[in-house]
Amino acid sequence: MTETAEQVEEKAVEQEIDLTAANKVLDKYQDMDGALMPVLQAIQEEYGYIPEETVHLTAERLNVYASQIYGVLTFYAQFHLEPRGKFIVRVCMGTACHVKGAGRIGDTLKDRLGVGHAETTEDLRFTAEYVACIGACGMAPVIMVNDATYGSMTVQKMDEVIEKYKVMEI
Amino acid sequence: MAESAEKLRILICTGTGGLASGAAAVSDAFESEFEKHGVEASVGKRCEVIGTGCRGLCANDVLVDVCIPGKEAVTYDFVTPELVPQIVQEHILGEGPIEKKVAGPYYGKFLEKQQRIIFSRCGTINAESLEDFLAHKGFEGIKKALTMTPEEVIEEVKKSGLRGRGGGGFPTGVKWSFAKASPGDKKYLICNADEGDPGAFMDRSVLEGDPYGLIEGMMIGAYAIGCTFAYVYVRAEYPLAIKRLQMAIDKCYEMGYLGEKNALNLPRPLDMRIKAGAGAFVCGEETALMASIEGQRGMSRPRPPFPAVRGLWGKPTNINNVETFANVSYIFYNGADWYSSIGTEGTKGTKIFALTGKVKHTGLVEVPAGTTMKEVIYDVCGGILNNRKFKAVQAGGPSGGCLPEAALNAEVDYDSLIKAGAMMGSGGLVVMDETTCMVDIARFFLNFTRVESCGKCIPCRIGLKIMLEVLERITEGQGREGDIELLEDMAYDIKKSSLCGLGQTAPNPVLSTIRYFRHEYEAHIAAGECPSHSCKPLLHFTVKEDACKKCGLCPRVCPVDAIEWEKGKVAHIDLEKCTKCTSCYDACRFMAIE
Repeated sequence: MTETAEQVEEKAVEQEIDLTAANKVLDKYQDMDGALMPVLQAIQEEYGYIPEETVHLTAERLNVYASQIYGVLTFYAQFHLEPRGKFIVRVCMGTACHVKGAGRIGDTLKDRLGVGHAETTEDLRFTAEYVACIGACGMAPVIMVNDATYGSMTVQKMDEVIEKYKVMEI
Repeated sequence: MAESAEKLRILICTGTGGLASGAAAVSDAFESEFEKHGVEASVGKRCEVIGTGCRGLCANDVLVDVCIPGKEAVTYDFVTPELVPQIVQEHILGEGPIEKKVAGPYYGKFLEKQQRIIFSRCGTINAESLEDFLAHKGFEGIKKALTMTPEEVIEEVKKSGLRGRGGGGFPTGVKWSFAKASPGDKKYLICNADEGDPGAFMDRSVLEGDPYGLIEGMMIGAYAIGCTFAYVYVRAEYPLAIKRLQMAIDKCYEMGYLGEKNALNLPRPLDMRIKAGAGAFVCGEETALMASIEGQRGMSRPRPPFPAVRGLWGKPTNINNVETFANVSYIFYNGADWYSSIGTEGTKGTKIFALTGKVKHTGLVEVPAGTTMKEVIYDVCGGILNNRKFKAVQAGGPSGGCLPEAALNAEVDYDSLIKAGAMMGSGGLVVMDETTCMVDIARFFLNFTRVESCGKCIPCRIGLKIMLEVLERITEGQGREGDIELLEDMAYDIKKSSLCGLGQTAPNPVLSTIRYFRHEYEAHIAAGECPSHSCKPLLHFTVKEDACKKCGLCPRVCPVDAIEWEKGKVAHIDLEKCTKCTSCYDACRFMAIE
């Protein structure tokens, strides 16, 4: 599918990032010791990911190099540099879940959605994530969709859950 | 206590496990039923629905205790909102407990061999209520500590024999004395709640179920060492723990226990702040954790200088684990002599274990040190799921090792576990049965540590990757002669030459599985077969006719209807339809699918 010039322009306008929220976050944390991570966490909370513009803003206001910030962002698994889906599906790959068959749960997700770890479907509906232990080992294998936890998963239950979120209104 | 004894109390587990199983709905159902029937009026007592911390038996959530004054508390398991009206009608307003729904005798057995000290408040008090905490000895420990000098406090901790519960087992009192001896006016206290080991969740449970107890332990530590600022480094994957702890800290500020108001008259007021992690396992290592608090990449650095000398922002810093601080509170409630009377020669007190995997009752278990592994797995947790055969228990997370049946008589204390080839670690115990492939488990752990390696030193960054490649080719049936020896060689080199605990212990799972399950490695390499029917590339997806008991379980779990079966006939898998999801392997009780 080729995009018309109009669509491209529209997209660019959409992607224009409003920095008001980021500035507010920086106002709050600027004078704190070790402010960088709390700032980045709060920015991600606001925008859902870390837009490039906010990195430069943070670099300027905290007086650190942007490269340093990227170093931190790429080190920690919880920071994201790309927009993410509406529904984050986290498949627990902890030991207990692994032993109880998390592998096939992850495979099912990949098969049904066509996206692997840290990838997002094109319609921005789903982001798949394989995570290490969400601490609900008693109900292994476990997945989380946003904040909802689903325990004792099987391939069949997986299909039901995916279907539920596929048709859910965003 | 006197006041609450008059009330009718409903205790509902609202830890992460309970909430995921629907505890909030159960709690609402109780509230609305009470209102509907006007229970308070007809029983003549106040009714309270209390959200507690985790009870330990996460597999059977939602657990609900009904405590009627003057009667023994009754525990229900697997409670759903639909069951609530019946409990209210028949139990509270009517005759008595609904026998069929009450947790069976296994629950008594589950509790029998345990000695719940650190967990004594989790599951019985309202985790979010300071009043409830104060009614259960809350802040008595710090008050007692304040009647002693800081030196006497450290001496008391030394005398108790408490060793760090984070895994290393370093004597806590000695650690404190180092930080105290370091010169400097500004010192930091850090609580390591970055519980990254997959399969361990006891710290989360303490944070969710008894946050004030942790704060108290930290106050005692801060007083003994002379710290004025404390951080709790909690991993971001624990949103509920962060929420409850923040609530508790805010409340303590409000009441003046923390901060400038200094209601307890500490010689120097203490400030406390939560620092949320961002998803990096290596941050459980103390130098990496401090780098992370400072806002840098969480990479470890060489020691010495130890944190007690040069720690956070170059200042003397003391770091302990959540469970360690929780232990400290209880040492000061009951005295060091009481504490050191529990446990073994080298390990005092109790230890919390998180039992998961193929065991009947998964959950959290607190036993005195010196209990054997066998007792923990078979007596407390009911043995192996589906009556399969026990194969191994993995102790100590990605840094620990797998113990076979022959080593099950090992006692749970720091020294005997190391002798047996595993380690206490943070206390995760993952039980494996005959369907778990040990080569695959080694590959799994190595994959985990490889991803989580911070990348600073080469043996860990590149060595683990090469070891992983070797293990991957073995599990794919491409193993070569000499691979086992290569793995052993590399494991020793990586252990010797890595900088921090992550690299030094990462090869342990490989070494311990080779030590006890060498034959499985050999079967993969020589015959291209996985004896546990677990490594996907080596599976044939056919039914062994002589092993099939014709039970009809496998066609029911197949998501694509690829299994043909009729009553009294051996099942047959249609390879055209089969998507190789392996659901049937897990369902078959007789290992009849190759």
